[in-house]
Amino acid sequence: MNLEIALLLAQDGIANGAIYVLVALGTVLIFTVTRVIFVPFGDIAAYAALTLASFQLERTPGTIWLVMTLAGLALAMEVYTLLRRGEAHRLPMALLHYAVLPLIPIAAVWIVGGQRLPMAAEIALALALVMPIAPLLYRIAFRPLADAPVLVLLIVALAVHFAISGLALLFFGPEGFRTEPLTRAMFTIGTIVITGQSLLIVGASIVFGLLLFLFFGRTMAGKALRATAINRTGARLVGIRPAAAGELAFLLASVLAGTSGILIGPVATLYYDSGFILGLKAFVGAIIGGLVSYPVAALGAVFVGLLESYASFWNSSLKEVVVFASLIPVLLWRSLTFAHLEDEDEAEDAA
Amino acid sequence: MSAFLEIDDIHVAYGKMEAVRGVSLSLQAGQIVTVIGPNGAGKTTLLEATIGLLPSRGRIVFDGIDLRRLEIEDRVARGLCLVPERRELFGELSVIDNLLLGAYARRRDREGVRQDLATVFERFARLAERRNQLAATLSGGERQMLALGRALMARPRLLLLDEPSLGLAPLVVREIFRIIASLRSSGVSILLVEQNALAALETADYAYVLETGEIAHSGAAAALMHDPKVVATYLGGQA
Ligand SMILES: Nc1ncnc2c1ncn2[C@@H]1O[C@H](COP(=O)(O)OP(=O)(O)OP(=O)(O)O)[C@@H](O)[C@H]1O
Ligand SMILES: [Mg+2]
Repeated sequence: MNLEIALLLAQDGIANGAIYVLVALGTVLIFTVTRVIFVPFGDIAAYAALTLASFQLERTPGTIWLVMTLAGLALAMEVYTLLRRGEAHRLPMALLHYAVLPLIPIAAVWIVGGQRLPMAAEIALALALVMPIAPLLYRIAFRPLADAPVLVLLIVALAVHFAISGLALLFFGPEGFRTEPLTRAMFTIGTIVITGQSLLIVGASIVFGLLLFLFFGRTMAGKALRATAINRTGARLVGIRPAAAGELAFLLASVLAGTSGILIGPVATLYYDSGFILGLKAFVGAIIGGLVSYPVAALGAVFVGLLESYASFWNSSLKEVVVFASLIPVLLWRSLTFAHLEDEDEAEDAA
Repeated sequence: MSAFLEIDDIHVAYGKMEAVRGVSLSLQAGQIVTVIGPNGAGKTTLLEATIGLLPSRGRIVFDGIDLRRLEIEDRVARGLCLVPERRELFGELSVIDNLLLGAYARRRDREGVRQDLATVFERFARLAERRNQLAATLSGGERQMLALGRALMARPRLLLLDEPSLGLAPLVVREIFRIIASLRSSGVSILLVEQNALAALETADYAYVLETGEIAHSGAAAALMHDPKVVATYLGGQA
């Protein structure tokens, strides 16, 4: 390997890593606030890319059926809960939240009716369509289990993953899709060619990282999410609803996952089940940060991207093996040097 | 006249073990009522049931509203606030963020929150000096002040205090009780659980003695202070 190839691989690795950064940040966000290791998170990214691909092929994306079904289920559960608690006055709010809001992008898709729109509008619509999925899944599958141990939540997350990636097969079929390039720009520095696409990916993950940083540091909503992550009982005592915090975490994370899907769409062929591997690689990055540290998770995700890129040069059929095998030393190192966060959490819940 | 807080025959159990058994107490608006009793009597359990952290059987009415169906957050929104025994601060957030989050339920009243922040910093000068320090790195006493300050940021109408003087130096204890008394004159009602029975009885209007989950004595605080049984058990024979 000469320097030129090394740099080329580095560029590739950093661009991949930047995708994983977005997904890893979302994974940490969801885990710290709700203790859910949200396995289907990569699927959300795949849904965003496949939805956009459907628009570009002038098809109606099956995503709308998923969102409508989930919204219907969530609304039914919410109505039942409210009536049982005798809080009928909250019904209009629930209706707005679980029926009207998720249906707005669906209505937009219907009105557009399979015509092509400008690229930016299609991207926005694909994101808007995908955004309610995770918060609705939270309402249906995780909120009723808010006090369950982390392991139970993980098993539910796995089941949800199989369900929604199975539905993706139904909606999008077994063939792979690639979306239209976002930019065809190329830059040459010396002998190296840098694609506009990879700059866009890296730029997006830096921007989202900064936005997240500002959100947590500067806004009351961001601080409320951190407070919930740090001390659930304390948060409830100052009036922060864990359910609302969880929903917000899932919503914000969906923006991250959706964006990563849109960014990866033009550079990789995505299938209905591509999300799982994407999510898993980001998870390796997030684990390096112990599932709690955002900056370390971001660095970890870049590390995974680089590792993957160099591994694929040496032996492309083994690149996944190398990435996932790297989890073993990371876990060993973490278990030797850090306190057991999960046990601590559990002990606190029991108290 | 109906009471501000009326607890009527409540039972709280951990699994099969009933920690609070048929406790009734009432508190008039503007009063300080104290609950004293030995370790393990069920004082913390009683406060946690009142705020909604623990499920209970029986009736709890606050300002004319039956609390049973309300979640913690709804009780907080109605002016109830607990300073829990374990304080439950946000360790990895700064002092000032902890205080601001205390006002979460009224976060839209920006001007009011700003004023209250200034008032809390006036009351607890140490917190003002350490406003950017992480809560987890505060000393035990500073943490107590932060817990109390965070509760005040909510502008509670009824404050539930679980051993506010726990582990504090005598001088600070006196300061805490001075603050509790001054809160009453600004219109806050207080349900005070304390180990420091003498200071609690001196500050309170009315007192209950809780023993193994049941009310053993009750009466005007000034009268209980001279009750021979209370003096022997809780005031170490002095007073
Ligand atoms: N989570 C729990 N599970 C089982 N039993 C508990 C639990 N919490 C408290 N108890 C028991 O309930 C009883 C009352 O406890 P509580 O904490 O209310 O006492 P307390 O009056 O506040 O005591 P202290 O003065 O020591 O704070 C004790 O016997 C205690 O062991
Ligand atoms: Mg106690």
